[in-house]
Amino acid sequence: ITFLTLNFLSSPAIQIRFILIQNRAGKTRLAKWYMQFDDDEKQKLIEEVHAVVTVRDAKHTNFVEVRLYACLSCLQFRNFKIIYRRYAGLYFCICVDVTDNNLAYLEGIHNFVEVLNEYFHNVCELDLVFNFYKVYTVVDEMFLAGEIRETSQTKVLKQLLMLQSLE
Amino acid sequence: MPAVSKGDGMRGLAVFISDIRNCKSKEAEIKRINKELANIRSKFKGDKALDGYSKKKYVCKLLFIFLLGHDIDFGHMEAVNLLSSNKYTEKQIGYLFISVLVNSNSDLISLINNAIKNDLSSRNPTFMNLALHCIANVGSREMAEAFAAEVPRILVAGDTMDSVKQSAALCLLRLNRTSPDLVPMGEWTTRVVHLLNDQHLGVVTAATSLITTLAQKSPEDFKTSVSLAVARLSRIVSSASTDLQDYTYYFVAAPWLSVKLLRLLQCYPPPEDGAIRGRLTECLETILNKAQEPPKSKKVQHSNAKNAVLFEAISLIIHHDSEPTLLVRACNQLGQFLQHRETNLRYLALESMCTLASSEFSHEAVKTHIETVINALKSERDVSVRQRAVDLLYAMCDRSNAKQIVAEMLSYLETADYSIREEIVLKVAILAEKYAVDYTWYVDTILNLIRFAGDYVSDEVWYRVIQIVINRDEVQGYAAKTVFEALQAPACHENLVKVGGYILGEFGNLIAGDSRSSPLIQFDLLHSKFHLCSVPTRALLLSAYIKFINLFPEVKGTIQEVLRSDSQLRNADVELQQRAVEYLRLSCIASTDILATVLEEMPPFPERESSILAKLKRKKGPGNLHLDLDENRKERSVNGGTADHSSTTSNAKAPMPPQASAVPVLRSAGPLFQVFASPTTSTDLLGLGSTIATQNSAPPASKGASLLVDVFSGNTAAFPVETPVAVGPVADENFSRFVCKNNGVLYENQLLQIGLKSEFRQNLGRMYVFFGNKTSTQFMNFAASVVCQDALQAQLNVHAKPADPTVDGGAQLQQILNIECVSDFVDAPVLNIQFRYGGTLQNIAVKLPITLNKFFQPTEMTSLDFFQRWKQLGAPQQEVQNIFKARHSMDIEVTKAKIMGFGAALLDGVDPNPFNFVGAGVIHTKTTQVGCLLRLEPNTQAQMYRLTLRTSRGTVSQRLCDLLSEQF
Repeated sequence: ITFLTLNFLSSPAIQIRFILIQNRAGKTRLAKWYMQFDDDEKQKLIEEVHAVVTVRDAKHTNFVEVRLYACLSCLQFRNFKIIYRRYAGLYFCICVDVTDNNLAYLEGIHNFVEVLNEYFHNVCELDLVFNFYKVYTVVDEMFLAGEIRETSQTKVLKQLLMLQSLE
Repeated sequence: MPAVSKGDGMRGLAVFISDIRNCKSKEAEIKRINKELANIRSKFKGDKALDGYSKKKYVCKLLFIFLLGHDIDFGHMEAVNLLSSNKYTEKQIGYLFISVLVNSNSDLISLINNAIKNDLSSRNPTFMNLALHCIANVGSREMAEAFAAEVPRILVAGDTMDSVKQSAALCLLRLNRTSPDLVPMGEWTTRVVHLLNDQHLGVVTAATSLITTLAQKSPEDFKTSVSLAVARLSRIVSSASTDLQDYTYYFVAAPWLSVKLLRLLQCYPPPEDGAIRGRLTECLETILNKAQEPPKSKKVQHSNAKNAVLFEAISLIIHHDSEPTLLVRACNQLGQFLQHRETNLRYLALESMCTLASSEFSHEAVKTHIETVINALKSERDVSVRQRAVDLLYAMCDRSNAKQIVAEMLSYLETADYSIREEIVLKVAILAEKYAVDYTWYVDTILNLIRFAGDYVSDEVWYRVIQIVINRDEVQGYAAKTVFEALQAPACHENLVKVGGYILGEFGNLIAGDSRSSPLIQFDLLHSKFHLCSVPTRALLLSAYIKFINLFPEVKGTIQEVLRSDSQLRNADVELQQRAVEYLRLSCIASTDILATVLEEMPPFPERESSILAKLKRKKGPGNLHLDLDENRKERSVNGGTADHSSTTSNAKAPMPPQASAVPVLRSAGPLFQVFASPTTSTDLLGLGSTIATQNSAPPASKGASLLVDVFSGNTAAFPVETPVAVGPVADENFSRFVCKNNGVLYENQLLQIGLKSEFRQNLGRMYVFFGNKTSTQFMNFAASVVCQDALQAQLNVHAKPADPTVDGGAQLQQILNIECVSDFVDAPVLNIQFRYGGTLQNIAVKLPITLNKFFQPTEMTSLDFFQRWKQLGAPQQEVQNIFKARHSMDIEVTKAKIMGFGAALLDGVDPNPFNFVGAGVIHTKTTQVGCLLRLEPNTQAQMYRLTLRTSRGTVSQRLCDLLSEQF
């Protein structure tokens, strides 16, 4: 039998559960998971996030509390919050615990987007499609193990350009 | 800065992605993908060895195909090969493929680990980071086993590059989360703490996350981080906006690092060292001051970053709950945000103020914002903001504003979103009860709840109103009048019919003097609703009718007529049919006296438990047990003269205390009716289901019982009086039923019924044993004694007061046992009973349900406290776990009731999974007190439970686990 895979003790820690970039049509442009989910669960999460985020407008907050299936044995679910920001046709969503700091993650998204924008020189959706493998590198520089790793845009870009120059 | 062009470096990949994007249909896409897969497969199988570039390109294509949602069943080996390439781009694709696609039990894991090992020891920071990121992303147990020793070494080594340190810190954090047992604390821990002093703020950022997680698990080991974190925070908040250069974000100095440091400090109480404490207070004041300064930029990024820090600082201020000035300042700041044009800030201010409301220092300050919050409830467009407003109103409610808040919530209820109605109903019900001075207001409020949102009124709510009406003479007449009027409405909610039926059945006589509500009118009114109601409600109404026969002899004929009708006597529902038959028979056969006895008014519901809890709270001094803020505040209001009846609920998620949800069954009648109820039906007359009935044990048969036996059996000689009862083994069939409750029938045979009522406080207990003689013949030489065998002798003292040596036929004998728990114990004492009946000596031995958990005292605690204790009790012998199959249906309410009945405080909102149950308490014995934490995880799919007990004594953990496991 499978029980909750979430480590009970680790849960109050700050931790990003996943990062999603989706377009308005619900196509995933990046999915980065910091917890174990199986493929079906990932698909379900992607759909749920799309459903709750796209119906909201500017008068709404950038935060949505959701009950999500949290693990393999499917009846186990709990509250998380999705912190999201829309850039043109793309939704950048970060899923964190309900006790986490909303504004820190909201600006964490923006910081990430500014780095992408510099790196891809006016980033657009297509850049994320064709360079999907580089986007993962950008993510790992800025977020690791579900935590914020580096916040300095200068430092991240310097590192990315150095990697870019390597063969 | 050079931009990256589309898919540069891998033309074939870009072409393939373009092809896929150009596909007009799903079918075309699948066709294109299959073609590509065939191509890649043949390349991989081909004789010609592929160069690194081609391998990279094909692996990357496979990855793209996988990310589109297609299965990939080959290419893993090629990806692993890429790991040992010397080229960064090839290595990177290899690691990416592994991180996304390879699961932990892959047979390639040893190859992968080998490649990682090489990269970790390569001294090439780029390769080391790739390897560390891979470990952090996969985080499998195998990787933890392989690298748990290496990663800390890299982290604290003097010559490690800063960027590698950042990755190593978070990599270690991941390993610690997934396999804490494999990452033992070592000499590296002190050095990790000193990373807070590091020059490189990126290293500090990563290290702070690591330290926070470790400090949550073992606060003692990381205590020194407090002063370092305060020092670092102080330097950041006092720096000029450009000092930190790279780490300044829209004129805010290192906002994310500040937030993390403030979070780390929330793992600890306020610093004891005066200097550090002063410095921290200064930091917090500076942060509050900055919020008042004019913004340095109009950009939302600036205000968001600044406020991220501000909200985290306020969280810390609330967590410390020790600086009244800071708390009030925080409240004023949030008050400004309540009217801010940004929805985000209004939402966060409401949320944060909710916790401020529970601090005694800021409660009054929060209350001053009531009008703004009420306005938010009415005008906010985002439902989640309105919900926060409801939460806040609930949190700020006290006697002074209860009527206003309850009225506002009631009016909001009419238009509230369906998703939050039930919650509002519970909140209103709790507030109305808690702050009721005038119980007519309470009754009106609950009836309004049923009127506005009947569908959302859970059973607990209407049970509770009935309990309160029954317990308070002064409101009974008013309640009867009010329900009578409410029932006049042509369409009224079924819950109203239930409440109406019950209350008129008990107290209809109080309004019968008025000709407009004469007995017959009352009956006609109730009966006009009958046919529209569900079976349980009809069953309840039938009970009300029989009560009417007792209250109003003049309508007996009418009611008998109704009961006699085919639609009742031949009802397809067995419960209704049975009630009709039995009630009709009872009304025909029983004398007025017997009817009056059987159907007498309900006795008051016990408020004993509630008062014990209140007492416990008063006892718990601040130095003794950690109380959460909310509890403290309630404590004050209790002492300040809140009704003694106040609910013991600590928050909305545990809306009803156990004693509040006890079902108002016809208690005096309950045990009597089982005499003629068929064995398959529940003795719970109102048909409310056995789930809740388990909480509400019937008191032992009273004298009335034997009267009824006489009426219906007519002949006591039906008992096989000649058969002597053999001296058998110790009876323990009912033993486990008493683990989670204190009252009920312990034992019964044809001659004797033994009932129990017991109460426990600290390490002492008193048990009332009722011996009921079910026969009409006297028991002679009656003697009952309690024996503690073997080890139990030293662990438990049970003193039985002497009782009469005779028990008359149909009578009941009471014996009192005084109990003292000396130390923790496993076995149960045995009650030996001897008596002579009809010339035969009877011997009965019954196991007495005095179990270790009876000496539990519930302990409320916050999530943080709970985790800290849980971690402190982490030694292997302190934890006992049991995984077992559910024996009963897995009902949440029943489970809650059982855990509370078991004696622990049920802690809501502690476990991140709302379907799990977490409890805490202290076992009191004469020699020691044992703190206990428990956690129950149901898995409804598998019909299994996992129960974990952590206490400071292994024997206690084991015993409690055994006892509680039996209950589900």
